[in-house]
Amino acid sequence: MIAHAVFFYFFSFIAIVSAIMVTAARNTVHSVFFLILDFISISCLFIMIGAEFLGMIMLIVYVGAVAVLFLFVVMMLNVAQQKNQWFGSSKSSSHIPIGLLVSLIIFVELIIVVGGWKYKPDLLNSSTITISSTISNTHSLGNVLYTDYIHLFQISGMILLVAMIGAIVLTFRERPGLKRQSYIKQISRERKDGVQVVEVESNKGVKIDV
Amino acid sequence: MFEIGLGHYLTLGAIIFTIGLVGIFLNRKNVIVLLMSIELILLAVNINLVSFSIFINDLSGQIFTLFILTVAAAEAAIGLAIIVVYFRNAGTIKVEDIEKLKG
Repeated sequence: MIAHAVFFYFFSFIAIVSAIMVTAARNTVHSVFFLILDFISISCLFIMIGAEFLGMIMLIVYVGAVAVLFLFVVMMLNVAQQKNQWFGSSKSSSHIPIGLLVSLIIFVELIIVVGGWKYKPDLLNSSTITISSTISNTHSLGNVLYTDYIHLFQISGMILLVAMIGAIVLTFRERPGLKRQSYIKQISRERKDGVQVVEVESNKGVKIDV
Repeated sequence: MFEIGLGHYLTLGAIIFTIGLVGIFLNRKNVIVLLMSIELILLAVNINLVSFSIFINDLSGQIFTLFILTVAAAEAAIGLAIIVVYFRNAGTIKVEDIEKLKG
């Protein structure tokens, strides 16, 4: 039990510190690195608490895909030199106290909810898909995900497809002067467009570009 | 203190949620950091869902976390694509300079 507590405090301390550093780091590349550290420590927490599959998926999706995407964009846009200042702008600093106040109120509300929340017995009884202790986490997730939640699963696949097409369409750019292969032109080309039979008189030659 | 319960995990989620919120409110320089703050907020929501799922002994929370993960990945891809297009058109992605809408 003590080992569990020690590891919980260790990982959550790293997670909180790196979350602060994500927003406070002056260099955007450092922010992305701290975001990766945050995701890794939270996925360690997930694995520790007993949700191994989600921890591994977090590692793959966030660290392997999303954070690398962020890094690529940061490097492509060359904004790493743009310092990420918090209170640097003088012309628009009037929102800072209000922003801090609203954040503080939201935090206090969340803590009040945590403190006042108790296990309601009917909530415990309302649990529909109980976690079995005999089969592994991945196994039980798969049992439910591909049967009861199959439609949601397919819709999430559709969301990913739409996001992929949307990202490609958004960033696609037609460059002028680029020679591109056009299948339609190639297929619809006929013999009379490309071949010309010319009677050549002797000693006269033929002009090619007509 | 050494008995780690649901409250500890919910407090961790609340703290990370608030840090992401502060990052959105106070950041005036860089839109990419705004997107990262949104990822932090989604991460806090995931922490809450998974810890409820474990402590109530109900698997549906973890399934919802999977779907939130999917949507977060799609949102990051689309958001970064929009940022790339905006940078190509306007030449800057500073929050201060994005004032076309005069908000």
